[in-house]
Amino acid sequence: MNLFLQGVISGISIGCIYALVALGFVLIYKATEIVNFAQGELMMVGAFFAFTFINLWHWPFWLGVPAAFVGTALFGALLNHFILRRMIGYSAFAIVLATVGIATLLRALVSMVPGWGTDTHTIDNPVAGKVLRLAGIAISYEHIAVIVVTTALVGALYLFFTFTRWGVAMQATSQSQLAAGYVGIPVRSMFSMIWGISAGVACIAGVLLAPIAFVHVNVGYIGLKAFPAAVLGGFGSIPGAIVGGLIIGVVEELSGLYLPHGIKSVAAYIVLLVVLLVRPQGLFGVSLKTRV
Amino acid sequence: MDFVKKTDYDYDIKLFKNWNAVFWYGLLAAALLIGPLFAAPYVLTLGVFVGIYVIAGAGLMLLSGYTGQISLGHAAFMAVGAYTSGVLQGMGVPFPVAFLAAGALAAIVGIIVGLPALRLHGIYLAIATLAFAFIIEEIISRWEDVTKGASGMMVKTMAFGSWPARTPMDKYYIVLAVAVLAMLGIKNLLRSPSGLAMMAVRDSGTAAQAMGVNLARTKLTAFAISAALTGFAGAFYADAIKFISPEQFTISVSIELIVLVFIGGIGSLHGIVFGSIFVVALPQLISQIKDFLPQYVAEQPGLQAAVYGFLLLFFIMVEPQGLYGIWMKIKHYFSQFPFYRKGELKRNKSFAKAERW
Repeated sequence: MNLFLQGVISGISIGCIYALVALGFVLIYKATEIVNFAQGELMMVGAFFAFTFINLWHWPFWLGVPAAFVGTALFGALLNHFILRRMIGYSAFAIVLATVGIATLLRALVSMVPGWGTDTHTIDNPVAGKVLRLAGIAISYEHIAVIVVTTALVGALYLFFTFTRWGVAMQATSQSQLAAGYVGIPVRSMFSMIWGISAGVACIAGVLLAPIAFVHVNVGYIGLKAFPAAVLGGFGSIPGAIVGGLIIGVVEELSGLYLPHGIKSVAAYIVLLVVLLVRPQGLFGVSLKTRV
Repeated sequence: MDFVKKTDYDYDIKLFKNWNAVFWYGLLAAALLIGPLFAAPYVLTLGVFVGIYVIAGAGLMLLSGYTGQISLGHAAFMAVGAYTSGVLQGMGVPFPVAFLAAGALAAIVGIIVGLPALRLHGIYLAIATLAFAFIIEEIISRWEDVTKGASGMMVKTMAFGSWPARTPMDKYYIVLAVAVLAMLGIKNLLRSPSGLAMMAVRDSGTAAQAMGVNLARTKLTAFAISAALTGFAGAFYADAIKFISPEQFTISVSIELIVLVFIGGIGSLHGIVFGSIFVVALPQLISQIKDFLPQYVAEQPGLQAAVYGFLLLFFIMVEPQGLYGIWMKIKHYFSQFPFYRKGELKRNKSFAKAERW
């Protein structure tokens, strides 16, 4: 029973990371209809920013992380400005390939930056190594931090999208770009802002992931596991992305505990295929009809 | 542009546009057959790899370029082909049988992967094929009794009866023959009702269905043929590199195949060949120009990936028709010479309809 609880808790904390990355996909997809295969790479870039500020430049943690957030957000907005905004109107295939190309390019470029390279790094954090013992189970503070920060971030995003002027404008943009443009919302800046927010969220995911999976060029591949999360929740649904992420995380941890070796690494994809076969619109999604 | 005056319905489905085309293709065939007699073994080995990529590229082109189904998991079919052929040859099965089995098993896997494609489209399909590829990669590295797992396995040299194809030249001719058959097969398929149905599905699934095309059957056929061709390529690949392990068939191979199809020119048969030459030649070119680069850049392991990513982005944004598009523009320029007007071939941006509005 303790083992089970332990598995569930570490599943939830890894699931939070998937949820954050999936949240990034969904935000971008809802607003711009671009499916961003480079979301995991944005997470990697964010983690490397944080690593640079905190470990290489010795900034304090509480300054380094916000700086990395801003830096990654800016990076995401620039990516949109220079590449993806110019691709509106291209076929879905071309856009998918473009984001795959960006992902490949980012992985390669990051490995070339002096001080980053292909080595494995860690980010110094204030809660490293501390463990909370509660009713027979041990939870590391790092896992707790993941859960707390994710909850706070999702709450903050909820408040932002519901109660601020910019947030409501973004919601309008994602409902209908045309109508949003007619009522005077600057759709282009909205796109850049959404990319910025999405990249910033990915950066936080990267920082949170650092104690669990380190900072490495290929950490972006974890982003591919956020696809099952997004699909499970229904691709266009924000609550769905979070619930999907948590489910994928827990399923993955538990299959690592109870099922034969090797299932763990593909559990997320098996869930994905089952969902696609049984309920392609996901848990919270609505099926869209396309006009011919 | 040479306009063809159509006096017969057969003109629409003829293999060669006119005698001019027959002449040039004949010349190309002669060059491919005689050239190797004067080529160094190193060049022949490159030729073998171009042939292998042509076969796999033909498979992916049929699926992505002509049926409009995105696949991010074609490396898995290649892996199935390579391992089937390798394992069967290890058990003493003659190469031709193992080769055919490789294609057949890949086709079966292709149909299994294609089943979700019946309900999925676009991005969902891309994700599903990606998931399948990960699962197949994991199966191969865990099924150690048969595949020797992550440590990899040696593959016997391919042999026809008592005649083993050892030298690069032998392999070149065999791969060339299969590659030409694959290209002709695709060309033929595309002028048959099944091929036309595939293109109809690509252009609009709903409209094709309304015209009486069986969507499920068409998509599954495309998946099966595509996977079979990629499986054949995998069998040759295993033979060409002699040692296979799961790390050789990761997502980066799938991306390489997509780069091949896209940079070659999506939806064109010439593009397959251009793309294959590009994919094989690029690493060689990079290693050639390394001497001229600053040492820090030249020593980077990610250099090739960076060039790949950059070129992919460049082609998508600047020349979405790929190398074939460039080729057509050059041809057009010279056929119109001195009357080419600037902007004549300017691409009209077509705004695809949004999914929601």
